[in-house]
Amino acid sequence: MRIGYYPGCSLLGSSREFDESVRALAQAIGLELVEVPDWNCCGASSAHVLDHKLSLSLPARILAQAEAAGLTEVLAPCAACYNRLTSARAALQADPAAAKEVAEIIAMPVTGKVKVVNILEVLDRFQEVIKTKTVAPLGRKVACYYGCLLVRPPKVVHFDRPEDPESMDRLMATAGAEPIDWNFKTECCGAAFSVTRTPIVARMSGKIVANAAKHGAEAIVVACPMCHSNLDMRRPEINDQLDAEHKLPVLFITQALGLAMGIDAKALGLHRHMVPAMALQPVAASKA
Amino acid sequence: MTSAPHHSAHGDTLKARIEQATGVKLNHCYQCGKCAAGCPVAQDMDMTSCQIMRLVQLGNPDWDRMALKSEGIWMCLACETCATRCPQEVEVPLVMDYLRAEAVALGLAHPRSRDILAFHRAFMDSVKATGRLYEIGLVADYKFRSRHFLKDVVLAPKMYLRGKLPLLPHLIKGREAMKRIFQRTLEANRERRG
Repeated sequence: MRIGYYPGCSLLGSSREFDESVRALAQAIGLELVEVPDWNCCGASSAHVLDHKLSLSLPARILAQAEAAGLTEVLAPCAACYNRLTSARAALQADPAAAKEVAEIIAMPVTGKVKVVNILEVLDRFQEVIKTKTVAPLGRKVACYYGCLLVRPPKVVHFDRPEDPESMDRLMATAGAEPIDWNFKTECCGAAFSVTRTPIVARMSGKIVANAAKHGAEAIVVACPMCHSNLDMRRPEINDQLDAEHKLPVLFITQALGLAMGIDAKALGLHRHMVPAMALQPVAASKA
Repeated sequence: MTSAPHHSAHGDTLKARIEQATGVKLNHCYQCGKCAAGCPVAQDMDMTSCQIMRLVQLGNPDWDRMALKSEGIWMCLACETCATRCPQEVEVPLVMDYLRAEAVALGLAHPRSRDILAFHRAFMDSVKATGRLYEIGLVADYKFRSRHFLKDVVLAPKMYLRGKLPLLPHLIKGREAMKRIFQRTLEANRERRG
């Protein structure tokens, strides 16, 4: 199977292990990734704060580049990119006048016909393959954390259940992990306040880490670079705030599945985390 | 209490501009408070989402100014919890976006929005110049604009050692297209608003 690929800026820098693990996993399950040519930033959590048309035009150019390359579907592993691209696509389809104006701004034809899909959606199609290729069932209790941008707003993204999503839990169960029942699957981590209002992020992300730990999680699994950096890189601030020593690692879904499929931890970028995650080998393997 | 003057049905009121730009019908909000109840940053707001919706609903210029000057509009993270739970499906984050841009244009933005704005502007300047986010450039630009020079000085070397901070920016070929997009959107609107 062939699919368009939009890595997004975080995956080239602060979350490069997400890109590494997506590519490693794609190769293992037989998914060919075709990068969108000369892609630009989607505007993330900043463009919409400054200007509405800018927040439509940046993702529109990406969709236009994908259309021009003949792609029909684009995978955006970053939840923020997925959300911005999906929102822009919906806006272009809903309002032909706005679509015409945006096409003029980006000086490229754009229809919004390219479908944008997130990583959970794509991996869900490979449940059988993942099951067959799972050689080292994880055997760990994991808290599946979806955050905001994969499931909200439901009338735009049309993905999973907005308050209690299950797609990641199913994938983790397939890989032999034990997804726990917990409270904050879709609570916001503080996202774009990581730099400007760090104490608020420590409080919000702290609630998530503490709740996952309280319910017995041995790791938190995510599908968003912003969630990952807040829960992982901001762990010292989180632990200060909670006056605790939470050590549970935060893994991207692609890293967790990759481990279960026997892919090398370093190839999955596990050594790049701030909260040590290299020790999180599957239980069976570490006992052996 | 005397009733507030209603200008909303006619003329260039803030309410009319919000509705025109966002497609949100402000009167759909019946003040149930569910947005503020689920808002993860409600405790950090001087006025909550529900109160801000009420202020802009009535077309009263004094109340419009209260909303525009509030710190609350700057605290919204666009997590969409409110819009997901709103029984009337009001897209509150779109209203917040509009109010922030308007507050900046009218010089009414809350003083504590300064560093938040500095961050978003630094982010977008990086994208305008290279086509993609250049994280080191963003941090340096943000520190310069916000004067928070010591912020995260411990974190950066740790990121670098883990290969998470590439030193050079990625330059896309379509940088002219980027320039044009910014000229036609952010910069054009800034001029139009004066």
